[in-house]
Amino acid sequence: MELAIGIILGCCALGAGIAMIAGIGPGIGEGNAVAKACEAIGRQPESKGAVTTTMIMGCAIAETTGLYALVIAILLIFVAPQQFVNVLTKAMGK
Amino acid sequence: MNEEIKKPSFKFKLVDAFYIIMMILPLAFGLVLDALTTPPSSGVNIAGARIYHEINLGGSRFFNIIISEAQVNSILVLITIFFVFLYLTHGLKEKIELKRQHLAEIIVQKVDGLVGENMGSDFSGFPPFIIAIMALSAFSSLVSLLGLYPATSDMNVVTGWAILVFIIITYYKLKCGPLYYLNGFTKPVFILAPINFISEFATPVSMAFRHYGNVMSGGVISVLLSTFLAWLSALVLGWAGDYVASIPIFQVGLPAIFSVYFDIFSGCLQAFIFAMLTMLNISGAFDSEEYYRRKKLKEEKKKLKNINGGI
Repeated sequence: MELAIGIILGCCALGAGIAMIAGIGPGIGEGNAVAKACEAIGRQPESKGAVTTTMIMGCAIAETTGLYALVIAILLIFVAPQQFVNVLTKAMGK
Repeated sequence: MNEEIKKPSFKFKLVDAFYIIMMILPLAFGLVLDALTTPPSSGVNIAGARIYHEINLGGSRFFNIIISEAQVNSILVLITIFFVFLYLTHGLKEKIELKRQHLAEIIVQKVDGLVGENMGSDFSGFPPFIIAIMALSAFSSLVSLLGLYPATSDMNVVTGWAILVFIIITYYKLKCGPLYYLNGFTKPVFILAPINFISEFATPVSMAFRHYGNVMSGGVISVLLSTFLAWLSALVLGWAGDYVASIPIFQVGLPAIFSVYFDIFSGCLQAFIFAMLTMLNISGAFDSEEYYRRKKLKEEKKKLKNINGGI
């Protein structure tokens, strides 16, 4: 029983860590977006306001995939272990 | 020309004082409630909203009505915002007498401009809704500066707003008739209908996750940082005895700098982004060309009917 609970906790932590690998994608994407925005502002300094607003909107949307991963990681750390242990104890009780 | 500026009457001042008190009172109430119900604990404490009260309507867990910290805080923020705006608009005159009227006019102009720019002329009634969502989101996040639990870092609150936005989006999609709405799923190819159906529901989910994830990750990082600093100061001051080592001296200063980003900047930015996405999604859902074409057709039909009826 202890071993099973240990495996559940360990795998939940591992899963959370693996889920956060998704953070690479938004990092690269947002970096690209900001780099292009800097270029655009360098070329046309008068359009700074519009470019900045659009860039922030784009960054927010590009961030979404990373935030999905974050939410899954948080669920795996704080919610999932309890649920899984409950399922296990129910199964063992039968 | 040089008109005498009237001093505000006693009654005016009294109403002002009432508004200011009502602005502060909900937040003070929240702080007191927070202080009374916080269990004494130490160390890392990352948890969801505390549950104040649970009403069971019988049956399974599904029928429980839960009154949590996030709900209470969001309603307190709601009351505060209500009285802030009442205060700002109190004593409006055509000839500006009070400084606060400038602020109120700037807010109204900015939001009108933003909505007009992003949504077009079909949505001239939307600025109040947009500013309401923006203010509620921003104030709910900024409440964490007072040490209260920010309502936006509870997923239920943000999901509620996202569902509201989703209902408005669907309403505007249905304006051209239900058949046109259903037909929209089969574009550009019929096979893509299931994927279009899923992406329809992805909009509120992604809006809720984005807002919740940003605010909550800021809170988690703040807690982790302050815990790390406490550990570091215990490590460095360990030679001076247990009592000195228990004082987290490194916690002074650095968390405040991070808080400027995670609480103030991120909170306001997320409010802006949520409002912006609301505007773009709603205006994108409304097919104005089709709507006006149908309206014209209907009017022509009506005219024909009237002429026929007249004869």
